[in-house]
Amino acid sequence: MKILVQGKTEGIILKSQNPINFLGTVDKKTGIISDKNHELFDKSIKNSILVFPSGVGSSVGAYTIYSIKSNNTAPLAMICHKADLTVATGCALANIPLVIVDNEKFTSLKTGQKISIDTKSPNPIILL
Amino acid sequence: MYEILRTSIISVIVKLVLLELTREEESALKGEQGEIMQMAYRILVATGEATEAEKLIPIDWAHLSGVNYNTIGDAGEEFLSSISKNTRVKVKTTLNPMGFDIDNVSNYNLDNNFISKQLSIKNSYETMGVTPSFSCIPYEIFDIPKKGTQVAFAESNAAIHANSYDNLKTNKESAFSALASAITGKSPYSSLRKEDSPNLTIRMKVKNPNELTYGMLGFFAGKVGDTSVNISGLGEMDKRQCKAMCGGMGTSGTCAKFLFGDGNSDCEKIDFDEKEMQNVHDELNTAEKGDLITLGSPQLGLEEISDLVGKLKGRSFKKRCMVFCPRTVKEQARKIGYTNELERAGCEILSDCCTCLTPLISKDDVDAVTTNSIKGAFYLKNSNGVNVNLKSLSQIVEDETR
Repeated sequence: MKILVQGKTEGIILKSQNPINFLGTVDKKTGIISDKNHELFDKSIKNSILVFPSGVGSSVGAYTIYSIKSNNTAPLAMICHKADLTVATGCALANIPLVIVDNEKFTSLKTGQKISIDTKSPNPIILL
Repeated sequence: MYEILRTSIISVIVKLVLLELTREEESALKGEQGEIMQMAYRILVATGEATEAEKLIPIDWAHLSGVNYNTIGDAGEEFLSSISKNTRVKVKTTLNPMGFDIDNVSNYNLDNNFISKQLSIKNSYETMGVTPSFSCIPYEIFDIPKKGTQVAFAESNAAIHANSYDNLKTNKESAFSALASAITGKSPYSSLRKEDSPNLTIRMKVKNPNELTYGMLGFFAGKVGDTSVNISGLGEMDKRQCKAMCGGMGTSGTCAKFLFGDGNSDCEKIDFDEKEMQNVHDELNTAEKGDLITLGSPQLGLEEISDLVGKLKGRSFKKRCMVFCPRTVKEQARKIGYTNELERAGCEILSDCCTCLTPLISKDDVDAVTTNSIKGAFYLKNSNGVNVNLKSLSQIVEDETR
């Protein structure tokens, strides 16, 4: 496990097996995934704990993460399997906690689970 | 018992965070030096953790991307406008191209919203104390600092050029890590700043290469390379060819340095031959001919402008030809009389902007563009959505002028 952006929160998991391209896939005003081919199409990422493998696409996607945070449509925290600089810098810019987990942990996290995240704790992710 | 427990908790925490910060850096990260410093350090820490850096180091020069309104949009414009109110850069900071050349923007059908948002971005950077160079070739228009100097270049071709040809050291920075470096004067000590240990050697096997060949070689290297690659079999290269190779590599992957030579004997060897070159060509060349020509991605330096003037003696283009260069180069070229010569030959000379991600070429007006730039081709195809006809400069002059 690796902490890229520190923070403390709790919420319900929304999980995607598909990577997310924040530039052009997420509606900035609503936080709804607008890409018809995406597993989370029509779902809102607002106030979720967003769990997905990694970000893909243009680094400008980091500004999109900043935008959804400014519009109050951002997730409470993100958990990825792989670190990528777009999501890392986007979450850093917007102050959204970001944790990178191993394969086993990633597989164990499921949509609908309520979890708490506290990056300063020795056990940062706890199932509630 | 408690001692053991405490030690084990500490060891878990140490495993979670690799990057060690000084007391002052910790204090900035906690917000004790203001919100913007806190954000900048959050970016550096996230980048450092993602790239397994163990500390931050001082840098002498930052070069920022994220300038063109076409790429950063409203979110970027608003962000920069908000942070520029009370942020100043700490080190020499230069800037990538924006979306247009203010001198001739009225010739291109850009709407007023684009122009005003772009000018707001320009204004925000200037307010922060950034040198408004609007150039993707900082290595050609500014003096190069002494060997081994740590810099933070976000523009990919410039990062690769700095690492490979200019004896500087930089990560392949993102727009945000470079901005955070400009504000703090620091950057994560990631692998590209340390020892070079490429595990791959590319053997150049194509005979009689021109700048297009080197662009394709760079594109291929960026795809197969990881952080850095050895490259062997190169002959003498001119500036145009070196820039083409760096531009090609920056477009296709995360690799950010060429080391010239065979590398260690245990390096994996891959040949760049006619077949591999054809593959790259087939991927990027989608048209037999173009409706207009673009030159400059990366932007042209004075040497290339002078060479172009020589090639165009007594000839003129049969169709539109857009030539992109930095403003300082355009001014020098004007003094020498080159711009007159180029305009006589039918060229439109544009400074402050670039082929790459230009809003000045729209698929509503243009089906296909002829260019000698692999980097330009990639973005014209994928971002502007137009077809691309690839040709070397000498071929362009032969086919498209009379």
